[in-house]
Amino acid sequence: MLILNCPYCSVDAEETELTPGGEAHLKRFGPGSSDADFEGYLFQRENPKGVHFERWRHANGCGKWFHAARCTVTLEVFGTYSAQTTEPPKNLQKTISKKRPGWSWREFS
Amino acid sequence: MSTRLSAGGRLIDKSKQISFRFNGKHMTGYAGDSLASALLANDQMLVGRSFKYHRPRGVVASGSEEPNGLVNLGEGGQFEPNQRITTTELFDGLAATSQNHWPSLDFDVGVINNSLARFLPAGFYYKMFIHPRPFWKHVYEPIIRYSAGLGKAPKDTDDSIYEHLYSFYDFVVVGGGVAGLQAAKTAGDTGARVLLVEQASNWGGRAPVDGGEIAGEPVDNFVDQTLTALKKMKNVTLRTRWMAAGIYDHGYMIGYERINDHDPSDTKPRHRLWRIRAGRIITATGAIERPLSFAGNDIPGVILASALRDYVVNFGVSVGDRTVVVTNNDDAYRTAITLKNAGLEVPLIVDARPHGGGALADEARALGIRVETGKAIAKVHGAKRVQSVSICAQAGEGAVLEEVSCDCVAMSGGWSPVVHLWSHCGGKLLWDEHEIFFRPDVHKPPLDQDGTPFVYAAGAANGCFGLDELLQDAATQTGAATGSKKTPKLPNASPRAEAPIQAVWMMPQGAGIKLRSKAWLDFQNDVKVSDVQLAAQEGFESVEHAKRYTTLGMATDQGKLSNINGLATLAGALNADIPQVGTTTFRPPYTPISMGSIAGAARGEIFQPIRKTPMQSWHEEQGAYMEPVGQWRRPYCFPRAGESHDQAVIREINQTRNFLGLLDASTLGKILVSGPDAGKFMDMLYTNMMSTLKVGKCRYGLMCSENGFLSDDGVVARIDEQTFLCHTTTGGADRIHAHMEEWLQTEWWDWKVYTANLTEQYAQVAVVGPNARKVLEKLGGMDLSKEALGFMEWADGKIGEFDARVYRISFSGELSYEIAVPASQGLVFWNALLEAGEEFGVMPYGTEALHVMRAEKGFIMIGDETDGTVIPQDLGLHWAISKKKTDFLGKRAQERTHMTDPDRWQLVGLETADGSVLPDGAYAVGTGKNANGQLNTVGRVTSTYYSPTLKRGIAMGLVHNGPSRMGETIEFAKVDGSRVPAKIVDQVYYDKDGEKQNV
Amino acid sequence: MKRYSAFAVAREALRFHSGWERAWRSPAPQKKYDVIIVGAGGHGLATAYYLGRNFGIRNVAVLEKGWLGGGNTGRNTTIIRSNYLQDPSAAIYEKARGLYENLSQDLNYNIMFSPRGVMMLAQTHHEVRGYQRTAHANALQGVSTEFIGPQKVKELCPIMNIDGPRYPVLGALWQPRGGTARHDAVAWGYARACSDMGMDIIQQCEVTGVRQSGGKVIGVDTTKGAIDCDKLGVVVAGHSGVLADMAGFRLPIESVALQALVSEPIKPCMDVVVMANTVHGYMSQSDKGEMVIGGGADGYNNYTQRGSFHHVEETVRALVETFPIISRLKMLRWWGGIVDMTGDRSPILSKTPLENYFINCGWGTGGFKAIPGSGWGMAELMAKGHSPLTEEFSLDRFKEGKFIDESVAAGVAH
Repeated sequence: MLILNCPYCSVDAEETELTPGGEAHLKRFGPGSSDADFEGYLFQRENPKGVHFERWRHANGCGKWFHAARCTVTLEVFGTYSAQTTEPPKNLQKTISKKRPGWSWREFS
Repeated sequence: MSTRLSAGGRLIDKSKQISFRFNGKHMTGYAGDSLASALLANDQMLVGRSFKYHRPRGVVASGSEEPNGLVNLGEGGQFEPNQRITTTELFDGLAATSQNHWPSLDFDVGVINNSLARFLPAGFYYKMFIHPRPFWKHVYEPIIRYSAGLGKAPKDTDDSIYEHLYSFYDFVVVGGGVAGLQAAKTAGDTGARVLLVEQASNWGGRAPVDGGEIAGEPVDNFVDQTLTALKKMKNVTLRTRWMAAGIYDHGYMIGYERINDHDPSDTKPRHRLWRIRAGRIITATGAIERPLSFAGNDIPGVILASALRDYVVNFGVSVGDRTVVVTNNDDAYRTAITLKNAGLEVPLIVDARPHGGGALADEARALGIRVETGKAIAKVHGAKRVQSVSICAQAGEGAVLEEVSCDCVAMSGGWSPVVHLWSHCGGKLLWDEHEIFFRPDVHKPPLDQDGTPFVYAAGAANGCFGLDELLQDAATQTGAATGSKKTPKLPNASPRAEAPIQAVWMMPQGAGIKLRSKAWLDFQNDVKVSDVQLAAQEGFESVEHAKRYTTLGMATDQGKLSNINGLATLAGALNADIPQVGTTTFRPPYTPISMGSIAGAARGEIFQPIRKTPMQSWHEEQGAYMEPVGQWRRPYCFPRAGESHDQAVIREINQTRNFLGLLDASTLGKILVSGPDAGKFMDMLYTNMMSTLKVGKCRYGLMCSENGFLSDDGVVARIDEQTFLCHTTTGGADRIHAHMEEWLQTEWWDWKVYTANLTEQYAQVAVVGPNARKVLEKLGGMDLSKEALGFMEWADGKIGEFDARVYRISFSGELSYEIAVPASQGLVFWNALLEAGEEFGVMPYGTEALHVMRAEKGFIMIGDETDGTVIPQDLGLHWAISKKKTDFLGKRAQERTHMTDPDRWQLVGLETADGSVLPDGAYAVGTGKNANGQLNTVGRVTSTYYSPTLKRGIAMGLVHNGPSRMGETIEFAKVDGSRVPAKIVDQVYYDKDGEKQNV
Repeated sequence: MKRYSAFAVAREALRFHSGWERAWRSPAPQKKYDVIIVGAGGHGLATAYYLGRNFGIRNVAVLEKGWLGGGNTGRNTTIIRSNYLQDPSAAIYEKARGLYENLSQDLNYNIMFSPRGVMMLAQTHHEVRGYQRTAHANALQGVSTEFIGPQKVKELCPIMNIDGPRYPVLGALWQPRGGTARHDAVAWGYARACSDMGMDIIQQCEVTGVRQSGGKVIGVDTTKGAIDCDKLGVVVAGHSGVLADMAGFRLPIESVALQALVSEPIKPCMDVVVMANTVHGYMSQSDKGEMVIGGGADGYNNYTQRGSFHHVEETVRALVETFPIISRLKMLRWWGGIVDMTGDRSPILSKTPLENYFINCGWGTGGFKAIPGSGWGMAELMAKGHSPLTEEFSLDRFKEGKFIDESVAAGVAH
């Protein structure tokens, strides 16, 4: 039963207030993109045992989408941040490096 | 025999006698008794039958670890099987029956299994009952099922009510014994919010029974004083009859409060499920004594030494007159001493340790009790009651040295800390080879969302025995949990002063197979030492394999008594160390909790939230037949007396097509999209070009998922330059609103658009039929003539006294106005329409009439023509897919090879030759079979109805190359194997040119 | 291998069962095998078994990082059915169901297949239409199912409340030859049969790397050393992503927690399996007497084998509403498993970008019922390079948009 801090309304939100939204920072590929890029965008997923970045919506709360960095093995939450970014904040990446030296996720590490 | 003693019984009130029934027999006990103690006081040693061999079973424990004492409790709507008698508080009128026997507890035919036990070892059923094949289902399985199971299935609906409660604490302390009380006090002193819970009805745990002193006084005094202090603290909440059932991630905890199990006449909720978020949890859950493995250790009268002590001290009940104590540790001597002091006979203490015990042993000897060291029980004699024991050397193979007559055996194999809660959320364990138990590994605790420890074990649960040691541990662990630097002043308390325990996993050590196959590990599931050894012999070497192969620890006590002994037996058989073999996973709940408590109050009408339109009460008064659509309930039709649903639907359609129909369309999604970039956003959402829609106009639009599939449709109205109102399907409103928000917030967050779901702000009524305009004109107000408000236009204005937004759109093919009024005016507006419409033949219609009429017009329905695999191109909706737009959601997906495949099935109408209705969901059969032997198909029915308008069956379907095969006949397969030919036709059956709606 | 029978049990009883052999050998790995299967769950073991039985490929090792059958094979609710809507699904699940019918005899191991019947309740009109469609599809697929009315539902399952005020039962899709089996026994029975064919089942052996040369797989690195192979079959459910990563490709898979629970055992009161998808719960009674209960999966990536309690709550609430008598039963044991979900919620049985590296994963919440069919098809795919059973389940479908979507008939739960 997760608790995630909503970066918009600052509430420590119960899992029952939240809707999971899958992998974070996917780059949208639209018309004109290659089959492989489009397939990757829609279906290929990081499925790490460890550090993961994902999307959540505070659906039964303020209604806002946000990002979370979480460990899929211990469920530790490294931080939550705005949905309106294409990459995890640098200071969050540093925090994770302290807690999980050597981590990597897609192009981030 | 077992009986009530004249003295003793710290938990019972002898001035309050209570009568109860067991197997129909009237018995009496006292307030404060457990059902187990009351039964023992009435010399009812035999309380049940074991699961597999139906062996006689007596009480072996005094708490929730009891594997044997399970009864059917209560009657009718309060009947409950498998109720544990050791944790059932006695109440007046209690009625219990024993379980798993036929015809009676004393004489059980099922005991034949016991005679066959040798033929029914662990895993026997995997090796047998294989031939002949049909026999498993029809012969073997039914016999096994009826012989298995324990209590009876309830027959009646539960009378009781249940409730849920949310709560938040900084600290939850689990366990109201000495360690838990001290922990709560230490935590409470920091001013934090603390919850202290105890599963039993009384505080103090087992220390008051075991003796010793705190601050020079009996333990009971410490318990009373600490409780008094805690009750004065406003920040501390105390709860008894409250079990911590499970610990989940991020400090979530499930608590199970049994509010009136001890008084079912009370009308309060029976159980309350607490859903707690705790900052830190301190588990002071104590320890559980282990049985010893010797032949006949399951015979009624063999009981845990500590439990025996509990019955004497807490309830003033003696389990037997002559008790042999058998042990590998000092603690059991306390039982011998207690019995002796209570005036009962203890002919012998059998201590497996060559050098015997320490100070407690000296005390026992001083009381005149004979102690034999280095000895073991070779075998217990007796059937439904212990008669005697044979004594042998522990080191040998069981050669009998003497036989001692007795009617009770008190055994102690040492103690295991209760580490369940510690383990639920990932806390690891360490094997302590001196103390012979698993204890929490404080270096590998459960971690919370910040990666910091959030569960702390304290006292006996942390492997600390002895009053001084556990008080200190409670303070230390609580200090670690609170982070407080202050060390509390602790009273002096008795030290442990015991000689070391010695690991004894089999008695005697060299017991042969005959003894081992009579030495029980799991009393309820009938797993013996020989069974675990057989599992190891057959290669079931992992503890999980052995557990599953033998069913060890899978009974209703979840192995509280058997797990460690079984594990040690397995380790022995594998010649491995215990920690190498490891433990099975501890899972919630700690002890079983009622399904009722988990379900809570959500039953019947309030099973789920219900959404109601403003006109709902009218529909219900009319006796509408309702269908669930999401959490709405919509009228399917309005049947009249003596009318079937089908007849009602036909009547509603005919009346609407010929006169005037009213539909409550309030459930339709109404989502406002507004802002400078609204047009751009709408163009991405819809396959159509929406940005070009003129203010005042409506347009039918399609929405696809990014994966290309059609997900929703509806009419969009352009309210002003920056604003659109999007109608969605009833089921789609919330989903589509969320979909819009997702794209706005996570992809196009720099676009200046906002959305609002207005669905419940408006009541919406479809006024449909040739007389639609007449009734509205009668109500007066805005000009609704063809010239003033053309087809696919909307306008704001007044209808009568009502503020209305009128959309001239039609899903039925008739002249139709969909009118939105503020929700608060919905019911009055509806009634006004009914009243004014009376002269025009007004009639409300339901969802089924709506469906049939749209099908007559060849309109698609999301969920019928679409199913998540259909793209708009399949439905001939190319006209609604903009070719000018470079992008919209789903566009790229629709370019994939399978989506552009010319062989996709496409929408057509289908007509049977005889006018019959095609079966819903039927498939059209092609030629031959595929590689997997399945008949090839070339299409399927998506919608099929009897059309009262055409007076024949009509259908739509998706057919391979359908639109180019007009007039061709294909065959649909019925489930009975017969075929129905149907002609491919245009799907618009009614008024193809739209003359009726455009008047 | 000594055959199992009542006679053998009786003979062994006379000598206190001292003569039983190991059910499977526990050998050290050899240097090279024709085929290595990674993952000794039901699907992996069945793949190995049918490689030997159907294709004579017996120089096979099955590597398991934990203990065999210890993943989802031993953590599911044991339901077996094949009443799927789409042709490819119906084909593989019905193949599996058919093999289950004779599996005890085939393996000489009683896996206790109990074809007691499975019903999926229709509680909305939409569901009624969905299941009628499935019944039509099944008739052409050779799957014996029937859409039955509420009274028949009540007859088959008297403890059900079919007149609930919110979601009355409108009918059900009934598969009389669906049922349950003893899940552990399926893994054990296959393991024993594989071992008997000379295959090596190597437990406590974790694969740490995939070795390749010239675009082909040549072996694996393990915690017990490097092992060569000609062909590699990876059948590791939730851990597929990790094994794919070792070979340098990605999968459309996410691993999430799925929970299940059982009640305390009671005397027989329910003879069929019931699934109620509108309210999200399903239940059957085990031979032991426990009510076996399952529901929906969590929605986020998770490797803890612990799910969230509110899903349990939702499931139990649904079942108490559907079967009121269980209100006074007690939840005995609860557990979680990690299930691997694909983009269309259907499995992947496929070749991969690395030659001779085959993958079988993505069974999501419904893998147990498919074990024999999955093993049969996977063995054929590995032996011959193609199989009609697996053809539509290839990885390419995600590129082409050729999904196998079973959610369309509301049959999403298992």
